[in-house]
Amino acid sequence: MATPLLELRGISKSFGPVTALDRVDLDIGAAEAIGLIGDNGAGKSTLVKILSGLYPPTAGTMRFDGREVRFGSPSDARNAGIEMIYQDLALCGDLDVAANVFLGRERRRRYGPFTFLDRPGMEKAARQVMRELGTDLEPGRIVGALSGGQRQLVAVARALQFEPRLMLLDEPTAALSTEKIRVLMGLIEQLKARGVSILMISHRFTDILHVCDRVVVVRQGQIAGEVAPHAQAPDKTMALMHALMTGDTLGAVA
Amino acid sequence: MTLPADATTREAGSTAPGGFRRFIVERSRDSSLGLLAILLLLAVILSFVSPYFLTATNLLNIGRGIAIVGIVAVGETIVIIAGGFDLSVGSTMAAAGMAAAWLIGLGIPLPVAFAAAIAIGIAVGLANGAIISYGRINPLIATLATLAIVRGLSYVISGGRELVVSDPAFQAFGVGSVAGIPYIVILLVATFALFAWLMPRTRFGRYAYAIGSSAKAAQRAGVPVKQWRIAYYVTSGALAALAGLVFVARTGNAQPSAALGIELDVITAVILGGTSLSGGRGRIWGTFVGLLLLGVVNNGLILAGVPAFWQQVVKGVILLLAVLYDEIRRNRAEEA
Repeated sequence: MATPLLELRGISKSFGPVTALDRVDLDIGAAEAIGLIGDNGAGKSTLVKILSGLYPPTAGTMRFDGREVRFGSPSDARNAGIEMIYQDLALCGDLDVAANVFLGRERRRRYGPFTFLDRPGMEKAARQVMRELGTDLEPGRIVGALSGGQRQLVAVARALQFEPRLMLLDEPTAALSTEKIRVLMGLIEQLKARGVSILMISHRFTDILHVCDRVVVVRQGQIAGEVAPHAQAPDKTMALMHALMTGDTLGAVA
Repeated sequence: MTLPADATTREAGSTAPGGFRRFIVERSRDSSLGLLAILLLLAVILSFVSPYFLTATNLLNIGRGIAIVGIVAVGETIVIIAGGFDLSVGSTMAAAGMAAAWLIGLGIPLPVAFAAAIAIGIAVGLANGAIISYGRINPLIATLATLAIVRGLSYVISGGRELVVSDPAFQAFGVGSVAGIPYIVILLVATFALFAWLMPRTRFGRYAYAIGSSAKAAQRAGVPVKQWRIAYYVTSGALAALAGLVFVARTGNAQPSAALGIELDVITAVILGGTSLSGGRGRIWGTFVGLLLLGVVNNGLILAGVPAFWQQVVKGVILLLAVLYDEIRRNRAEEA
């Protein structure tokens, strides 16, 4: 197998006396979609936050695209090519669609010693990325006035605009209706087809089974094991995941 | 993939999605148009009440009267849009004015004295911003503390004495005019025009709205929220210092008690102008309309012969009404 896009070795994270992650090893290949499951407090969110640059790990090394990386902030991770879509989407409701898509990475034009926002350029690019996502959502619309599904689109467009190598999704379907979940799953398939790797946290096993190539189970801060979702019958896959989450491995053997 | 159904229908309801309808919707969001209507109505009424109201002399008087509050209000608008608050502006004005008057008295050239005064404003802004960003202290409390500290220091250093400024060039800046328009009114309009122009066109402006709207979202998007917050308080401090210079130039003397309580007028103008107390929303030109309304009301009360003490009461009531209106508008926006 070629060098993985992301290699984690011995990643640990402690918050004071509490160990949230304990020597986690994980590889993600190019264009690979990985589902991350586990009980509440198992350490899934901590792992994703380390990858997105929100937390520095207490110990361990991260290699991205063959180079060792250290993220001091979300900007570092984004510059490396890792985009994150947060569960609450992290949008500014008072800004318009284009401003949200480019937030923190505005296109600018230089006039002598001054730089100004390239508003027409960003508006055009935002319209273009919306078109790629199959919608004609106006870049000038104020995000606070949009529906839940439209906001999800803005969050996806923001991540897509900068051609990520790895997309992190934290419970992307938690706030969506069944119909919108189908739309989002279609988007994730599109990303995979473009060669983007995916790491997705979800409580909904059906989402995970639908789009993920591998399912990694986290339990008590450690990787409990992984399941290839299409290697066996669906009910057998479910049983394996449950067994790994709860630590009841006897049930899986049966 | 297609757009979610509810979005398609909403878009279909407007014939020109990007055009006139959006313009109106966005303008109605900041309510400055309604305020402008109130202002015009008030002006018409006052012109009937007093034949003196619409004279050039009186209008320029209003302009001079609002110049100082207005310059401060520009910085305050930016701070409030960014989800902050600055109560220390009056103290900063007094300290900057005292410093300039003292230096001019020592024979220091005017530009140097001016620069020193602005530097004091920047220093107070840096302190405010750093305390709020890194100390994570509520901006109301933080700037209430610096209000007291800076005012107190002005008294301590001056021994409570006032300084008289007799430099003719400095006084000309305060009372002079070109083509009948006072310098300080030109300065007022220029300050508003500059920042009204900058806010939608620079990261400085855009991040103020972003941070005021959701500091968490801005942070996650990689915006260095702490540094930009400091920049907004520094802007407010520097503009307050500039207003402090105007104050000394107009009155000819600098007092440690200058501009006491000016934050009431400043914040009233800002909120009246449609800037939301919860941050994320507001316009510089809205503040200008709010400021004009405040100036016209003040002028009207004087023309109508209302005792000066009542003016405070009226201003307080106006502030309350403006905040109430902001609250109603916010609730309506959340339901929508």
